[in-house]
Amino acid sequence: MVGITKRFPGVLANDHVDLELHQGEVLALLGENGAGKSTLMNVLSGLYRADEGAIYVRGERVVIRSPRDAYELGIGMVHQNFMLVETMTVAENVVLGLRGLSFRLDLGHVKRRLRELGAQYGLKVDPDAYVWQLSVGEQQRVEILKLLYRDVDVLILDEPTAVLTPQEVDDLVEVLRRVITEGKAAVFITHKLREVMKFADRVTVLRDGKNVATRLTRETSPDELARLMVGREVLFRVEKTACEPGDAVLEVESLRALDDKGLPALRAVSLTVHAGEIVGIAGVAGNGQRELAEVITGLREATGGEVYVSGERITNCPPLRAIEVGVGHVPEDRIEMGLVGDMSVAENLALKAYRNSDFSRGPVLYPEGMRRFAEDLINGFAIITPGPETQVKFLSGGNLQKTILARELTACGGLLVAVHPTRGLDVGATETVRKQLVEERDRGTAVLLISEDLDELLEIADRIAVIFEGEIVGTTVADDASLGEIGLMMAGERTESEGMAT
Amino acid sequence: MRIAFEKRESVSHTVRVLVPLVSLVFALAFGALLLLFSGANPGVAYAAMARGAFGSSRALAETFVKAIPLMLTGLAVAVAFRMLFWNIGAEGQLAMGGLAATGVALFVSEGLPSWSVLPVAILVGTLAGAVWAAIPAALRAYLGVNEVITTLMMNYVAILLVSHMYHGPWRDPAGYGFPGTARFPETAWLPRLYGRAHFGLLFAVVAAAVLWFVLQRTKLGFELRIVGENPEAARYIGIDIPRLMLVAMLVSGGLAGLAGVCEVTGVMRRLQQGLTVGHGYTAIIVAWLAQLNPWAVLLVGFLLAGLLVGGDQIQMAMGLPAAVGLVLQGALLFPMLGGALFTEYRLRIVRTTPEDVGTPEELGLDEARS
Repeated sequence: MVGITKRFPGVLANDHVDLELHQGEVLALLGENGAGKSTLMNVLSGLYRADEGAIYVRGERVVIRSPRDAYELGIGMVHQNFMLVETMTVAENVVLGLRGLSFRLDLGHVKRRLRELGAQYGLKVDPDAYVWQLSVGEQQRVEILKLLYRDVDVLILDEPTAVLTPQEVDDLVEVLRRVITEGKAAVFITHKLREVMKFADRVTVLRDGKNVATRLTRETSPDELARLMVGREVLFRVEKTACEPGDAVLEVESLRALDDKGLPALRAVSLTVHAGEIVGIAGVAGNGQRELAEVITGLREATGGEVYVSGERITNCPPLRAIEVGVGHVPEDRIEMGLVGDMSVAENLALKAYRNSDFSRGPVLYPEGMRRFAEDLINGFAIITPGPETQVKFLSGGNLQKTILARELTACGGLLVAVHPTRGLDVGATETVRKQLVEERDRGTAVLLISEDLDELLEIADRIAVIFEGEIVGTTVADDASLGEIGLMMAGERTESEGMAT
Repeated sequence: MRIAFEKRESVSHTVRVLVPLVSLVFALAFGALLLLFSGANPGVAYAAMARGAFGSSRALAETFVKAIPLMLTGLAVAVAFRMLFWNIGAEGQLAMGGLAATGVALFVSEGLPSWSVLPVAILVGTLAGAVWAAIPAALRAYLGVNEVITTLMMNYVAILLVSHMYHGPWRDPAGYGFPGTARFPETAWLPRLYGRAHFGLLFAVVAAAVLWFVLQRTKLGFELRIVGENPEAARYIGIDIPRLMLVAMLVSGGLAGLAGVCEVTGVMRRLQQGLTVGHGYTAIIVAWLAQLNPWAVLLVGFLLAGLLVGGDQIQMAMGLPAAVGLVLQGALLFPMLGGALFTEYRLRIVRTTPEDVGTPEELGLDEARS
């Protein structure tokens, strides 16, 4: 790929990016969120068309107009959100979209081929299973099989490890190793340094849509890569004193709840968070984390069990009740839930506090109070905005999160529920957010931190509880916690270290 | 070459003003084509229209008569739409308001002090509209029943009920069999300002001012705006959406009911055919064109009334078939509504064939394929 440029309204996603991929190698495409990694690969796989630049495959200039063109050139991609039809079987999903099928589908042949491929690459999946029956890791295998069935030479994987346990990640590495020995090549997109060092032969670093460097993995170090990715030196650790837990603030007792499909998402979850303590919830995405946060904050109905905050029972109370007893909530969906894009920064900062008497005389709002409040928070939390009246949608991702955090930290009185608070943020903003969570803990707030990022949990949590299929399978003190132990628990293995969630 | 349709990054004031103006030019040109087809001189026709709508104080008064119900129902629809409640039922709420006011004027006024007849009629009519709107609102808020269907269906019930009343039980015994109630006693007449233009205009202006203040300056309005912009966020910050939906719909239905009251007490002074002529539906166009802004609703309501009154005039002035007037009204509205899209979006012409940047060799990338 030479000189690839792709613009979106208001964004230069790729700025004259060059990229090369050799036979028999695994290339990591490293960069922070928004650096243009996925865009670049979407150009290669035919989903987007570049505004400028050219693509050469085996020396031939090619034009890729659609994913089908890409397949014909031997290029295929596994997207971050899998493109599978849940109500169809594995075999049906694999042939979906193939041309040249006979009128009467002969799935027998397809299944035989899938079993062969599965044995060859260590991708065991039952071709007759329905996709909805499969775990996320298995679904990913189906996506990879889909590409291998189409005889693809270049496999692109977009953040393949985000949904996997550490053990499943090892399996995936094994599969990729086998694939590339046959003269194929793989690109995987990531923003995790550890994976690059483990997975890749070479790494290309993107920053702000530009290709800033390409290195052989064996000739580089995580420190250098981090520097290249962020553009400055990075501190990996947040300073933190020992935790001095006080009284229990959040008490959850055998909580049960259903997910959006009406299936059990929480099966008797019990846990306690004390004042001045950060409890991390680790787990692979989709094991009940979202539901746990929503039930505590009153956004989802509990089908059993109890939630107490500072001794008050708030089980199945409306969200307003949770706010009144002092629950702050940094939601998973920042844009969809946490903010009102078309309203101003000041209004967004006042989304909870507008009920206070500082902001209103009876039913009438008092804009001056709201503005002063906003200015204080903008200064206090170093939110970068042209002014309090700017529509919040024009702020960058990091500043959006700072806006939410500023509001929730001021509104919260005892408990903060933070869900993926640093997901998608650049390294600088991540540091700030983590520091603020620790400071909030030091002020005596109980923090429930739900995160997929194990490094983050090990860094700032005091205790880590692991959730698997809606159950807390184990709790460990974060300082002693070995990655391996947590990894095993994330895959559903229970540990002996009892004293569960005291 | 390819033409792309993309969202504007920000909407400048120039765009906000220019887009409707350009749309109007397009609309007039499109209408002119239609007029040429029916053998009329577009210039003459447009002049007749303008004269018919705004040309004399008498014409202006008639335009206001038409504009008042459009303004009130437009405000009603705008309030509901702000909450993402698709109230298609302003027509029925208007009908119920008119019906209730008629009941007061005909059957209760005797027993009331004369000064209080009109206020009571206004109050009862407004309440009737509000209650009629509260039914679909409660169904939606607490049971999740789709309000588009219920509000629309309830229109038919209301319209036919009104028709039944003036054809049947409430028909004027001294009316030679014509469908319609007896004339209201004078105590129930809404005072007129000029010609047939009545006091309802004041109600519309006051309602717009109050709505604007509530939306911009009160807690209730703040909550309404949050729900309208992002219902998920509203739930998350603890707003009781069902309750708010009921409040908004009571206001919405009340305003539409008030429009009905004004029609029977200010214009017809009896209940007869002609109360439900589609104002509640046209109100949807008014509210959208006004982008749900209360002040803009007044302006758009007035201009649209001008278009309707003027359109009727050219039938008479130029001897064109009635259908031409209607077609012309549609033809003029269409580009105006379509044009609104361009305030948010713009067209951009993009090159699609990537320019040659040179072969890998030229670019010194031979090793690329090693």
